[in-house]
Amino acid sequence: MRYYFALILIVLGHATLAQEWEDRRSFNEAAEGRPLRIISSTDTDLFAQIIETFVAQNPTVSIEYLVTGTTAVDKRMRARPAAFDIAISSAMDLQLKLVNDGFALPLKGVSHPPWAQWRHSLYAFTSEPAAIVVNRSAFADLPIPQSRQELIEALRARPGVFRGKVGTYDVRASGLGYLFATQDARASETFWRLMEVMGALDARLYCCSGEMIDDLTNGKIVMAYNVLSSYAAARVESQDALEIIYPSDFPTTMMRTAFVSKDTQAPDIAGNFMRHLIALQSSSADGKPSLPALKLRETGIGRATIALEPALMTFLDSLKRARFLSEWEDALIQN
Amino acid sequence: MASGIDSIMVDSQAISSSLRARLALTLISGAAVLALLLYFAVRNYAVQVAQEGQDSILTASVTSILDAASIRNDVVEVDIPYAAFSMLSTPADDRVFYAIYQDGALLSGYQDLEFYGETGKAIQSNLLRGATVRQVSASRIFIGTDRRTEIQIVLAQTQDAMAETLDRISRNAALIGGGFFVLAVALSFWATSVAMGPLNKLTSSITRRGPQDLSPFKKPVPQEMAPLVNSLNSLMGRLDHSLSQSEDFIAEAAHRVRTPLATVRSYAEATLQRVDKEENREAMRSMIRAIDESSRAAGQLLDHAMITFRADHLERQEIDLVDLVQDLVLRMNPIADMKDLSLVVHGDPVVAYAGDPILLQNAIRNLIDNAMRYGPPDSTIEITLTAALKVQISVRDHGPGFPDPEIKTLTTRFQRGKNAEGSIGSGLGLTIVQDVAAAHGGEIELANLSEGGACVTISL
Ligand SMILES: Nc1ncnc2c1ncn2[C@@H]1O[C@H](COP(=O)(O)OP(=O)(O)OP(=O)(O)O)[C@@H](O)[C@H]1O
Ligand SMILES: [Mg+2]
Repeated sequence: MRYYFALILIVLGHATLAQEWEDRRSFNEAAEGRPLRIISSTDTDLFAQIIETFVAQNPTVSIEYLVTGTTAVDKRMRARPAAFDIAISSAMDLQLKLVNDGFALPLKGVSHPPWAQWRHSLYAFTSEPAAIVVNRSAFADLPIPQSRQELIEALRARPGVFRGKVGTYDVRASGLGYLFATQDARASETFWRLMEVMGALDARLYCCSGEMIDDLTNGKIVMAYNVLSSYAAARVESQDALEIIYPSDFPTTMMRTAFVSKDTQAPDIAGNFMRHLIALQSSSADGKPSLPALKLRETGIGRATIALEPALMTFLDSLKRARFLSEWEDALIQN
Repeated sequence: MASGIDSIMVDSQAISSSLRARLALTLISGAAVLALLLYFAVRNYAVQVAQEGQDSILTASVTSILDAASIRNDVVEVDIPYAAFSMLSTPADDRVFYAIYQDGALLSGYQDLEFYGETGKAIQSNLLRGATVRQVSASRIFIGTDRRTEIQIVLAQTQDAMAETLDRISRNAALIGGGFFVLAVALSFWATSVAMGPLNKLTSSITRRGPQDLSPFKKPVPQEMAPLVNSLNSLMGRLDHSLSQSEDFIAEAAHRVRTPLATVRSYAEATLQRVDKEENREAMRSMIRAIDESSRAAGQLLDHAMITFRADHLERQEIDLVDLVQDLVLRMNPIADMKDLSLVVHGDPVVAYAGDPILLQNAIRNLIDNAMRYGPPDSTIEITLTAALKVQISVRDHGPGFPDPEIKTLTTRFQRGKNAEGSIGSGLGLTIVQDVAAAHGGEIELANLSEGGACVTISL
């Protein structure tokens, strides 16, 4: 009887936890002691390799990997900084503001180019351009658009084909989507025209890149704008019909960033993990990494990498955000 | 007179401190103070400049935010330009905080950032979230349709980059200060030795002087040393004066004593002829002997004074020493004959030398006189003159030689040997010889020869 009760408790517990997290995985559970808790917006599949190599080198360390959205990473870190040792997110602006607000522990003795780190606390470890992913079938024998302008023209030319079949981030829900959108808006007015066109086509809105790609593969949509290329590339290999386009007019490249929580209880292990992560992602020689490496050769200007600077906080200002969102809603949600 | 100067000069002076060290120390400590001042001045200036730089960027940023504020339908909109925060990027990734207030109510940003400025712009340093920040407050008034409203903006930035800059500048300032100090130390040593140069020159030129040279120091000296040289000169003048006065006095006294003594002696001599009683005759002989002692002493004193005088103003003339000695021997032969002594001159046929003949003759005469007096009768006295390496005159006899332990002191004034007891003499003979040799830049050597006999050598 008791056992059943316990079993029910465990199942219930897991059920509630599963609701809390998109995914949750423990590595090297055999190791004793409190596990290193990593809160991350990166899918476990993409990150597992990095953790596994670390655990292999440090058999005494166990790691708990907790996946949630970029906005949630920010909220949870602010609410309980002591609950996590490392925070990883693709929303550079939210990460930078966390560090600016004093949630990060600076690391010593990590050599990383200045443009790829902030305050020796926030370290970038990938370079991931935002991409347009299209289903070739939708373009039939027409040329596939290579820039936003060409995309606008293609969408306008055949609204029947694209109505209800285009998708992009819901910037209200996704931190990364908001980052991409604000950076696009900053770069060119074309963004707003594209949003209007997509709004007129009843664009579908997504919380995450993963779901967008899911719908692309199952045919619900034929074009997704500002998809994270790392997620897309993993799927496109198996899907001949999909094509990834890096817009030639102005590519937006994001860097995934990580920092150690200032309230971590294991600063040494967390620091070592960061070093491992940075070293692994900085060396291009090391096999084929599951996550795109940080492009150390490029200065960041060539690929329009979003800079790690206090200016990232601009669009996080509540007034500015409200204004941006209302403009975005005006453009995209035209009922 | 030479020994007189010797007794004035002190071998080691008690030293209270070094002028050179004092001068160098003063210069160095001055340089240290200057270097420190330089360091702090540069640092302060750098702080000021760096602070002004940060302030102007913060001000520009605040201004750009205020410019982007607008009022539309009585609703305030603040559209922070991307550049406003972008321009706050620093190499040290300084943290940025901001707050936007409308009439004192927070619109957005960090609420722990308080608005200070009354109107216009206010810049100040503050402590925020455990870090020193530089914060700028600025406000702008908007007139809506029915009311006026004030938008207030506070922008704050940590000062890590500035601290790094300051560290770098401080290091450089320290380097500059240190370099300046090292240079100043080297310079002060150089300056000290330059300043001490004339003093050293004066010292060495006084040290180089001959023992009799009491003439005033005439070379030009720096102004500061003039009083010292003046008093030195006047001291030497007085010394010279009193010395020559005492020499004059001795010569005068000796002369005055000698003449009456000669008279007294002749009277005593005459009286001795007439006295018959043995004890009276004995008394008369003692008297005559005492008179002889006195007149010998007076004579030698006179000679000595004369020599001192001539040595002071040595007048050299070219002479042939062989000639001079032969002349002397000729004159002394009668006395030598009385003791059955023969005077023999050896050596080079001609020994040319530039010196004072009267002094040299006097010296050699004293040596021959000694040889005759302390050597045995019926023997030869050999006088040898050579000019091989240096001019040497030696006089040797075949007597018992100098009494051994006293040989070193016999040249001092009034010093006589044990073997001189009973013979008339003043103890000035060898002193005269030595002074003459010294006046010519030479020296004398007393020696007892192994085959017997005393030998005195004058090397010039
Ligand atoms: N040739 C010599 N042989 C041995 N002793 C000598 C000889 N010449 C000098 N002396 C010793 O040296 C002493 C000093 O000699 P010096 O000529 O200076 O004085 P003095 O002969 O005693 O007196 P004076 O001044 O009258 O000549 C003598 O008293 C004597 O003892
Ligand atoms: Mg004598």
